[in-house]
Amino acid sequence: MNFDIEKIRADFPILNQKIYGKDYIYFDNGATTQKPIQVINAVSEFYSSINSNIHRGVHLLSEKSTKAYEDVRAKVQKFINAEHEHEIIFTKGTTDSINLIAFSFGEKYVNKGDEIIVSAMEHHSNLVPWQMLCQRKNAKLKIIHFDKNGELETDKINDLITDRTKLLAVTHISNALGTINPVKKIVQLAHNKNVPVLIDGAQAIQHTIVDVQEIDCDFYVFSGHKIYAETGIGVLYGKEKFLNEIPPYQGGGDMVDHVTLEKSTYLDLPFKFEAGTSNYVGAVSLGIAIDYINEIGLNKIAEYETELLNYATQKMQAIEGLTIFGNAKNKASVISFLLKNIHHYDAGMIIDKMGIAVRTGSHCAQPVMTYFDITGTIRASFAFYNTKEEIDRFIEAILKVKQMFD
Amino acid sequence: MTLQEIQDQIIEEFAIFNEWMDKYEYLIELGKDLKIIDTKFKTNEYLINGCQSKVWLHAELNDDKVIFSADSDAIITKGIVALIIRVLSKREPKEIMNADLYFINEIGLSDNLSPTRANGLSAMIKQMKMYGMAYNAKLGNK
Repeated sequence: MNFDIEKIRADFPILNQKIYGKDYIYFDNGATTQKPIQVINAVSEFYSSINSNIHRGVHLLSEKSTKAYEDVRAKVQKFINAEHEHEIIFTKGTTDSINLIAFSFGEKYVNKGDEIIVSAMEHHSNLVPWQMLCQRKNAKLKIIHFDKNGELETDKINDLITDRTKLLAVTHISNALGTINPVKKIVQLAHNKNVPVLIDGAQAIQHTIVDVQEIDCDFYVFSGHKIYAETGIGVLYGKEKFLNEIPPYQGGGDMVDHVTLEKSTYLDLPFKFEAGTSNYVGAVSLGIAIDYINEIGLNKIAEYETELLNYATQKMQAIEGLTIFGNAKNKASVISFLLKNIHHYDAGMIIDKMGIAVRTGSHCAQPVMTYFDITGTIRASFAFYNTKEEIDRFIEAILKVKQMFD
Repeated sequence: MTLQEIQDQIIEEFAIFNEWMDKYEYLIELGKDLKIIDTKFKTNEYLINGCQSKVWLHAELNDDKVIFSADSDAIITKGIVALIIRVLSKREPKEIMNADLYFINEIGLSDNLSPTRANGLSAMIKQMKMYGMAYNAKLGNK
């Protein structure tokens, strides 16, 4: 494959260090991704030569700052193929985007006795805001379950939807199981009954090409830090029709048109939803990260990551007493697993000592753990800067853990 | 043995380990050897939830001394629990509430005890000192 891994790894300074005296292996990409030097430098350069608050100043640098920020909006629009630039709202992250919709959409459309549908494999961030909405409005939360392989029971969706269903929210890729959900099909099922759909793309945006018009979802949300940009910047894509109809989430500066002491009128999209000083530097970093990804090509990245996933899965399946949770046919480069009779936290501690970063615990998806009747798993999640050699060392670490706890 | 003597003894025991792995293997042994807590105390009432590993802690006053028993679902956590119990159990309440557990740092396990670690150990020590404080007040009122 035409994939220059050495060159890519050289772009990520954090990978080129030793932890506990060993070459650092970062397999916690599901939690956050590392930043290429291009992103790090761009942020530093921005602060060194451009920094000024956006949308306000008459002065040159404020103009430049505003342009840099708005350019990223256009870049994101293109990246996910949104129809309009103003359908891209900058937020703090996935959680912020979902809370915005849960509040604003909820205010406009959800009333007592209405229903919201989510899946049982959601990250808490795509579950708790809907629980809160349902509590606030006395609405009902309904669940799409998944099977033992981690596949959503999409055939049940039709029956779940009633004339009281106001929205369906589902993850594109499960952070705990790696399942890639058939979002296009889910959207079709929901749209057949006029139910809008929100897709949580936190784990998908960095692994697969997202085309919101092709998926036809009504909302798509993701975080910058999962796609090699800074933390604290996220995106809410929403169809113009909905974004125009729902009320603002937060009030403040930068989102108002005319303000008197009695009342205010709001700006049009996208500013209506961007109260206060936006994380414009974060947005700039997101723009650079998108450029970086585009240069390599998400297709190539996805292909390489699948290769890593298959390689690791095969090696891990050969280890006695190792159980993988999440064996969907269509899976992203996330492997959740347990070793027989070994607590995930114990295993994680030893793996850490070997210079390998993995995540242990419930991965903010406690209902998924409850389904499998476990308290947590060890999760290795790969990015395109990881290698098969690193996986080999990871396998050795697993064998060492097994030996130590036997 | 005084609180200081027993801590120094543990520090000495750990001094022979050059490799982190030997240290953790020793902790695993300690964890396996820790006398299992009475199952009637392994309930939510005695649970100190550490998010990732769970710790159950029980305390009772016997002869004016506090007897601790504890358990964890993770074996390394349990090994560290065993060390802390060795130091703090069967001591007077006042001594427990004022204890400076310097051995943890000396044997290189302070990382495991920081409040940001989701293993329940930091909360367990806090809880042990609370018991010390409560029993101290109780004894003072006698």
